[in-house]
Amino acid sequence: MKNRGFSPFRFLTYLLVIGAYAALQVLQARSELSATMRGMLVPICAYVVMAVSLNLTVGVLGELSLGHAGFMSVGAFLGTSTAIALQDRIPVAGVRLAVALVVAAIFAAVAGFLIGIPVLRLNGDYLAIVTLAFGEIIKAIFNNLYLGVDAKGVHVSLLEDATNTAETGRLIIQGPMGIGGIQKISTFTAGFVLIMISLIVIFNLVNSRAGRAIMAIRDNPIAAQSVGVNVVKYKMMAFVVSAALAGSAGALFAMNYSTVVANKFDFNTSILILVFVVLGGLGNMFGSIVAAAVLTILPEALRPIAEYRMLLYAVLLILMMLIANHPFVRGLFNRFKRTGQIQLEAGADETEGEVA
Amino acid sequence: MAKLVPVPSGSMVPDRDINKKPVLECVDLGISFGGLRAVEDFNIIIGPTEISGLIGPNGAGKTTVFNLLTKVYQPTQGTILLNGKDTHGMNTMQVNRAGIARTFQNIRLFDNLSVEDNVKVAMDAHMKYHMWSGIFRLPGYWREEKAAHERALDLLSLFSMEKLANIQAGALPYGAQRRLEIVRALATNPSLLLLDEPAAGMNPSETAELMENIRKVRDTLQIAVLLIEHDMSLVMNICEGICVLNFGKIIAKGTPEDIQSNPAVIEAYLGRKEGGEGA
Repeated sequence: MKNRGFSPFRFLTYLLVIGAYAALQVLQARSELSATMRGMLVPICAYVVMAVSLNLTVGVLGELSLGHAGFMSVGAFLGTSTAIALQDRIPVAGVRLAVALVVAAIFAAVAGFLIGIPVLRLNGDYLAIVTLAFGEIIKAIFNNLYLGVDAKGVHVSLLEDATNTAETGRLIIQGPMGIGGIQKISTFTAGFVLIMISLIVIFNLVNSRAGRAIMAIRDNPIAAQSVGVNVVKYKMMAFVVSAALAGSAGALFAMNYSTVVANKFDFNTSILILVFVVLGGLGNMFGSIVAAAVLTILPEALRPIAEYRMLLYAVLLILMMLIANHPFVRGLFNRFKRTGQIQLEAGADETEGEVA
Repeated sequence: MAKLVPVPSGSMVPDRDINKKPVLECVDLGISFGGLRAVEDFNIIIGPTEISGLIGPNGAGKTTVFNLLTKVYQPTQGTILLNGKDTHGMNTMQVNRAGIARTFQNIRLFDNLSVEDNVKVAMDAHMKYHMWSGIFRLPGYWREEKAAHERALDLLSLFSMEKLANIQAGALPYGAQRRLEIVRALATNPSLLLLDEPAAGMNPSETAELMENIRKVRDTLQIAVLLIEHDMSLVMNICEGICVLNFGKIIAKGTPEDIQSNPAVIEAYLGRKEGGEGA
């Protein structure tokens, strides 16, 4: 295969993640990281995965989704439940975490598929509003869900605890109380691995027939249909992959804390992730990663100035958007992105004169 | 096909070999939007490897016919037989897979994709490797992508565009965008190619080149072409059969010579000599 224009950028994205991981590991080993920073490593990883996965829907597929936190929630609750249920069967924490992340991804993918059926019939603003609604519905469900596990199996009930979980078993999800007593088995390394897997999945998907078709649908759905692209299938594929990655990010996130409640994954979280994506640039995974990391650290870093924190955060956010969109900065980025395309531009010269 | 012979024949070329199966056969095709009959009683037969023209004044319903053939609109009456198969109930994607590819009057490219990827998107229906093969880069991915890459360059070379393969499609000059749209349509491996004003906005030398290219495409790929065009020199030059549409109805059908001397056509284009309706 020929070297494509954006492949140096892809390479750089992997390099950024590996480099950041290595640097933070070194700092951690020399205990030069503050306690707050150490506590934020896993959430940063989770938010990075959330941002790149949402970028698949918003940037690559071109559909605005306002319910991404919903999939995070599905993964968080069902992944964590899986880990708790398997606590005795799989004693090795790393393996249990891996199993939980996979289960979380599967459940979130199923949720993505079910929600995708009605949602992907819509376009633009309507689609955005309906995803928002589904995000809230998921939150409402988990706020009222009771799930217990005992020797007889899994018991589920809604609204009140009618699971009749045996004394020997355990009531895992307790409605509005969420899940308590979670073993904190998420690690920074697991987060790093999840980011790498997400990037590989997204980049390889985007650079295959599926990604081409998805981007074609984004650019011109009518033309895509006219050349035999199965628009419904590819929209669904992007949506489900995005949801699955968000699910595992949710599980990773939840197992970094001792409790998790449904209200954590509300509309504000969806918007926060959307901000990462928009600030980083639509379709730009590198930008999403940087934006997610910086904007997760920023509110904590601003903590010393107490009550002015959120004010300054907002101002900084606006500034960053302005700077990122400044023609000079854009030009720099574009020049950088195009370094791989220089040899092809020579071929374009002959036709350049034709432009009317 | 016994259906071919009945009189009045829908065929535009009188001396065509009627034993050959037609690629496209429209029988009483029509659509009405509310009370407005945009196209009605549209009957044509297009044989394999035939280049045909669909002409008519603005608003005659030419593009509507294309939209009916490609099922952008579902016909409200009549049938479309594609290679003898009824396309009833098919959607745009299925019609394309059954063998009709088209270009658009207002160019519709995938602007952010490279020229090569624009062509490869059109091969998607013919590619088989699974999403997982793509994600894990399994052998099927490499094999099919390599074949797609070679085929895309082959098709682009028909229009001497292989050097532009890595340029972003939206950044191409206008003429090249039109050519790319044709290449993209060809990549779906159609038996009938619909071209909606392929020469619009082209200068005479580009138009001449386009004519050559359309002939070349027909000869090398052995496909039928139906084109809408306002450039009469192009239409009269390359079309073997012409169908003239006015107010949604066919007013004349035949060879270029027939059409040029047909009084109804002259009237539709120039208006009636004395008084007339002034439409």
